[in-house]
Amino acid sequence: MALDASDVEKIAHLARLGINADDIPGYARNLTDILAFVEQLNSVDTSGVEPLAHPFEAAQRLRPDEVTESNHREHFQQVAPETESGLYLVPQVIE
Amino acid sequence: MYQKSLVELAADLQKGTYSSEELTRACLQRIRTHDERLNSFVTVTEAQALAAAQAADTVIKAGNAGPLTGIPFAHKDIFCTSGVKTSCGSRMLDNFIAPYDATVTEKLLGAGAVMIGKTNMDEFAMGSSNETSFYGPVRNPWDETTVPGGSSGGSAAAVAARLVPVSTGTDTGGSIRQPAALCGITGLKPTYGRVSRYGMIAFASSLDQGGPFARSAEDAAVMLGAMAGFDARDSTSVERPVDDYLAQLNEPLQGLRIGLPKEYFGEGLDAAVGDAVAAAIEEFKKLGATVTDITLPNTHLSVPAYYVVAPAECSSNLSRFDGVRFGHRADNPQDLQDLYTRSRGEGFGDEVKRRILVGTYALSAGYYDAYYLKAQQARHLIRDDFLQAFEQVDVIMGPTAPSVAFKLGAKADDPVSMYLSDIYTIAVNLAGLPAMSVPAGFSNGLPVGLQMIGNYFDEARLLNVGHQYQQVSDWHTRSPRGFE
Repeated sequence: MALDASDVEKIAHLARLGINADDIPGYARNLTDILAFVEQLNSVDTSGVEPLAHPFEAAQRLRPDEVTESNHREHFQQVAPETESGLYLVPQVIE
Repeated sequence: MYQKSLVELAADLQKGTYSSEELTRACLQRIRTHDERLNSFVTVTEAQALAAAQAADTVIKAGNAGPLTGIPFAHKDIFCTSGVKTSCGSRMLDNFIAPYDATVTEKLLGAGAVMIGKTNMDEFAMGSSNETSFYGPVRNPWDETTVPGGSSGGSAAAVAARLVPVSTGTDTGGSIRQPAALCGITGLKPTYGRVSRYGMIAFASSLDQGGPFARSAEDAAVMLGAMAGFDARDSTSVERPVDDYLAQLNEPLQGLRIGLPKEYFGEGLDAAVGDAVAAAIEEFKKLGATVTDITLPNTHLSVPAYYVVAPAECSSNLSRFDGVRFGHRADNPQDLQDLYTRSRGEGFGDEVKRRILVGTYALSAGYYDAYYLKAQQARHLIRDDFLQAFEQVDVIMGPTAPSVAFKLGAKADDPVSMYLSDIYTIAVNLAGLPAMSVPAGFSNGLPVGLQMIGNYFDEARLLNVGHQYQQVSDWHTRSPRGFE
């Protein structure tokens, strides 16, 4: 399937990913190539085959619902771009 | 001393031939002399290394040394290291000082190993040549006009150039084995779940696995013994005791059943690489192994399935980088949308963006069944091929990569051609199996890697097979010119 510039813009928007206008034709070409390559999967009939999410089909481990972690907020917020009173700051969302 | 193996260095440290501090200073000096050309390190942690070495010397003097006490290692910059920049090869994390240690970091430091620095890598481990790093490409010490492989290119080059005896890597589609092959060293990707992923920056969570680089299987066995083990903080960590990887190294290979998949020796394989691998197989016959032709009929689906599964998981994992909690944030955001879009647009490089776009597309409404579900079904077929093969054979062997190291820039503009350099390594990740690359000769002066694939949790056997081969071959002892 061939992707054009507007497809790339739409996908980039879904991913909240800024891309330069100049780079869009290149991405459209790369993505088209990659998807064409991936089309090889259609050469095999997989009807009735269970999708494999984990190599030995293991399930997630459960643990007792107990508090095991202490609060590391101050420590973790040291690497944050902008915080105030323990909160992460972003541009105003609600007018 | 930089030519000595980890095992020899540990013996010398315990005898008092030299101290860990002297050894650490020697490694730091090697890095100063050689790494400006290779670019294998993003960060050299000199002060921490010297402090750790002094602490190790005290432990050694007290007679409490373990096999890694005082041994310098280089750590892939994908593993979080408390108080030390953890960049993942990306501008996004150029300012990120990790607030905690990865489990692998904790285990190696806890075993007394001395971290010398953090190694260069493809951005977020996405690449096969180490050219996608924000910090520039790494050069292959065997020929500085060629790539070291990727994504763990810095870790492989640093061991090949004898800057450090051992290092760590991660392997999502070949990122330990392919650079080990291209740099002429030993690299092992363990069974999925054997080494904790906690604090290892996620790329494709159902495929990622950490493992060691070393110059021999024996040294890799020591490293893996320290890195492996159950970890409650990784939900896919396997609750199973760690084998004694050194105990089986000297088992004879009489009766070992080796399978050669015909799909790994067909079109696309460089003839000289094929010849070197064939010569290595002959050595195994002399050691008493039997060789059988086998087939892994769905091999051709592995690279296409991988380039759906890996980008899909990457697009989901990398959504956490939003300019809010850590990492790069764009200046003067106009609104929240602008903050996300520009922070991500500025922080991520080209290949990472490409994969986020592919993954987002594959997971978007209306396409999930056609791509992700189909790829996961193909993955089932690929896994079953291996299970059937292991009913007949103990180890599967073939080339690690289709060619020796290629020139810097040769594949940079053609993603699909770059992806095909992992054609023999990717199926192993999709199946979650352990595999190792060992040096098996040269073509045009560049190293060739032999890949050995084992059944689940058969790392001890792979290390045994690699070690026995290294008793009758000397490829692993060769150093690149200028680094002897």
